[in-house]
Amino acid sequence: MTSTSSSRPVLRRGDRVFAGTAKGAGILIMLILAGVTVFLVVEAAPALTAPAEDIPGGDGLASYIAPLLFGTLLAAVIALALATPLAVAIALFITQYAPRRLAQGLGYVVDLLAAIPSIVYGFWGVFWLAPKMVPFYRWLEDNLGFIPLFAGPTSATGRTMLTAGLVLAIMILPIISAIAREVFRQTPTLHREAALALGATRWEMIRMAVLPYGSSGVIGGAMLGLGRALGETMAIALVLSVSGGITFNLISSGNPSTIAANVALQFPESSGIDVNTLIASGLVLFVITFAVNMGARAIVNRRAEFSGAGS
Amino acid sequence: MTAVVPTRSPTGSRPSGRGSTRRFRRLSRSGMAGCFAAALLVMVVLDQWLGLNVALYVAGTVAVGTALVYGVSRSLEGPRTAKDRLVTCLVYSAFGLAMVPLLSLAYEVIRRGVERLDGQFFTWSLLGVLGEGGGAYHAIMGTLVITALTTLISVPIGLMTAVYLVEYGSGRLKKAITFLVDVMTGIPSIVAGLFAYALFVIFFGPGVRLGIAGAVALSVLMIPVVVRSAEEVLKLVPNDLREASYALGVPKWRTILKVVIPTAIAGLATGVTLAIARVIGETAPLLVTVGIANATNFDPFDGRMATLPVYAFYQLTQPGVPPEFAIDRAWTAALILIALVMGLNVIARLISRLFAPKPGR
Amino acid sequence: MRSARVRARLLVPGLLVVPLALGGCAAVNERNLATGAGEQYSGTLVGAGSSAQQAAMQGWTAGYASLQPEVTVNYDPVGSGGGREQFLAGGTDFAGSDAFLDEEELEQAERRCGPEGIFELPNYIAPIAVVYNVAGLDELNLSPGTLARIFDQQITRWDDPAIAADNPDVRLPDLAITPVNRSDESGTTENFVDYLFQAAGEVWPHEVDGNWPVPGGEAAQGNSGVVAAVGAGNGTIGYADLSQAGDLGVARVRVGDEYVAPTAEAAAAVVENSELIEGRGEQDFAIEVNRDTSGSGEYPIVLISYHIGCLSYDDPQTAELLRAFMTYVLSEEGQEAAALVAGSAPISDGLRDQALAAIDAVRAS
Repeated sequence: MTSTSSSRPVLRRGDRVFAGTAKGAGILIMLILAGVTVFLVVEAAPALTAPAEDIPGGDGLASYIAPLLFGTLLAAVIALALATPLAVAIALFITQYAPRRLAQGLGYVVDLLAAIPSIVYGFWGVFWLAPKMVPFYRWLEDNLGFIPLFAGPTSATGRTMLTAGLVLAIMILPIISAIAREVFRQTPTLHREAALALGATRWEMIRMAVLPYGSSGVIGGAMLGLGRALGETMAIALVLSVSGGITFNLISSGNPSTIAANVALQFPESSGIDVNTLIASGLVLFVITFAVNMGARAIVNRRAEFSGAGS
Repeated sequence: MTAVVPTRSPTGSRPSGRGSTRRFRRLSRSGMAGCFAAALLVMVVLDQWLGLNVALYVAGTVAVGTALVYGVSRSLEGPRTAKDRLVTCLVYSAFGLAMVPLLSLAYEVIRRGVERLDGQFFTWSLLGVLGEGGGAYHAIMGTLVITALTTLISVPIGLMTAVYLVEYGSGRLKKAITFLVDVMTGIPSIVAGLFAYALFVIFFGPGVRLGIAGAVALSVLMIPVVVRSAEEVLKLVPNDLREASYALGVPKWRTILKVVIPTAIAGLATGVTLAIARVIGETAPLLVTVGIANATNFDPFDGRMATLPVYAFYQLTQPGVPPEFAIDRAWTAALILIALVMGLNVIARLISRLFAPKPGR
Repeated sequence: MRSARVRARLLVPGLLVVPLALGGCAAVNERNLATGAGEQYSGTLVGAGSSAQQAAMQGWTAGYASLQPEVTVNYDPVGSGGGREQFLAGGTDFAGSDAFLDEEELEQAERRCGPEGIFELPNYIAPIAVVYNVAGLDELNLSPGTLARIFDQQITRWDDPAIAADNPDVRLPDLAITPVNRSDESGTTENFVDYLFQAAGEVWPHEVDGNWPVPGGEAAQGNSGVVAAVGAGNGTIGYADLSQAGDLGVARVRVGDEYVAPTAEAAAAVVENSELIEGRGEQDFAIEVNRDTSGSGEYPIVLISYHIGCLSYDDPQTAELLRAFMTYVLSEEGQEAAALVAGSAPISDGLRDQALAAIDAVRAS
């Protein structure tokens, strides 16, 4: 075994074993992913077949999950709408504006936002952000109250859908900006220099060379952020005041919960069919995030191939 | 490229007919500073009437300052440069805006967390503790045990998968695995927790809460991170090294074990450390699989364990009577959690810096 | 280079060793527990259930540990439903539950415990306070109908005539009412809604359920969340365990012709004067709380949490331990410990005597 040249068959066997182990590990990952689906389906099945009145709320599985799904999507969309422009601007700042020596350090600082555990964001959201948002919401209600989004009445504690979306936005900011940074940095220097040589200002150069080059990367990054926002749990569980069903009112205290936050809050004290119902809602979340992530990866990867061919 | 890069020189866009001296007038750095100083002045005046808070003060100064810069630049340098300056201001403010949550969060957690950052917090559990005092010893131990177990599960699987992808894999299986690993990184943590629960409930019956179930849930989250980082690092090992080894008659598996992995060990260690940092603060999967306990439990195969994030969550949401003491403990737990994550990040950077193979000989 | 590699290779396993090296030593407060006098038991008792009881149970286990250091009582706060489920499945020795067993569960209990059946004891009684936060309003009286309409969001302002009728000599502010409810399913909600349902009559149109039935109010997680939300706003009103109320205003509720403030005595009084549910076992103290009582000094918004166990256990040690622990829980000392940490109302002497008799009936089969 230890000698390298005397016994070839043994070596071959070693090779085969090692290669087999490696391949086995790869296949194991596929099995895990399949297992996630299978076990979730198995444990969700009792809720799928149970009579409607046994499901919490008494109106069946669909009407239990619908408001949760709505809340999940609403919070994620708010987060995405707030985070994407900011993330692009930050990526531009780091790649195009900041002094080169500082750029890497500033990148780390933004990445720190991704390292903070989500429960700490929840703490911060409840104690720091939410109360500070109340006067702003009052202002929105008084001045823009005619828009259904800001109809109010303003929550007294600030634990609203908009606050939840804001916290989510901060959490997905580093994800989007990291990918945007990566694609902006890959902009061919020739394109940039050509634009500048023709007398373009820096903004014109960015608009004509950097943004078109990076747009699909930004879209892919935003979708990855969306996937993260859909599944984010603890921050929402702590921040959002949950009561009532589907509403677009972003600044009042009556908000739909999100699937993930609802599971985290209800699961520890649930039993029987309630557990199966929660797992069924988790299955819905899994399917949605799976689809979003697959789409995002497809976009990012297609771009990678495209740029790989170009450079 | 839809728009044609302007062929005119920048001067061409300026209003013609002005004096040629205009051509050289530019808004200097001190001029920009002056704009913001003027904006600050405006806010000071406004403050007398309206009584502003800090946030409005800063936001107002930035907004008015940006508008001033745009206006001044437009009259001095023309619309194109003015727009450029406007975007510059916006981009800088965007970065500043992103720093607000980071700094306020750090400040808030440290301010509230140091309250209970004492010896008792690290040596006591909550068993028999009513109200004041008590600590998170049991939760810290639980987090260490479960994280260690997660690492033990994830690193071999993740590393071997990366070896397969880089050294052996080809064709559709490789593509499929790469794709699924990518997708796996996006599994919501709560879904990973539900999966682990659904798995263990089949063997242990409803209401199961076990440390090992938490480790399985965290592994689902950690494995793809390990695969990703290990794959990147292994790809960086120069092919020359492998070929030199083959030329000496060393079989492939020994080449990988003795040449490839040792060369990449620093990068692998960095990746693993970052992956640990990623899962150590996870709350949701542990909430549904491990639960919470008041006493120290080192055995992941026997009942509930406390973990630091879940401990922080319950101390905050179910503080008991009176609530202050538990809420203080929650913040200290959050502080320790952040310190752990940041510490792991620093360690990862140190590893990659200290142990990275030096270029050249 | 080489040594660096070796160091790096040692680092990862090294990190894993840390918890193991630290392991094996218990927390400071878990070592050297004092030994008490008298008859000493040893062993482990396992219970699960209501999280409302959790604080009280911490008080009981801590107090009991000082008397019987060799006995470990593990209580898993999985929620009332989960507690009953695990007990009936034989996974635990006793259950803590905010509700008594229903018919179906009683049948299962017979299978679990044998023909002797079960005991259900109302060992934890917690008054639920109506808390409010209105600047300048120090006292507030509310009749059940007004209370129901406030929480049903029919009364939306503090100077509503209905509130004024309950508080004739008080200046009520012109301010919007923000009702705060629990966002999680809870026994507190169920008991509060049950009170509104029974005491307010037709004014309250919603079913009794552990989930808050009226959408659109401010909602918060747990008693402490509700108290925090009420404290954070102006014009807020909510319901929470009295023990959590803190500095908030606590409303008095009309009972008969008087307005009664939530106190431990008033809560214990209403429980003592409520009827036991008929047709259940001899040692079954399931109580139908008399929500629309008119008895003087009785406060009808209370949460009762039961301890449910078998009257006969296969294992004589379990029977012995359960008897000893429950006797402590029922003792004045035990009820005092719970009152201290959980703000519960100690049970009355009359109830205690009956419950102790039930506990004495626990046998090994």
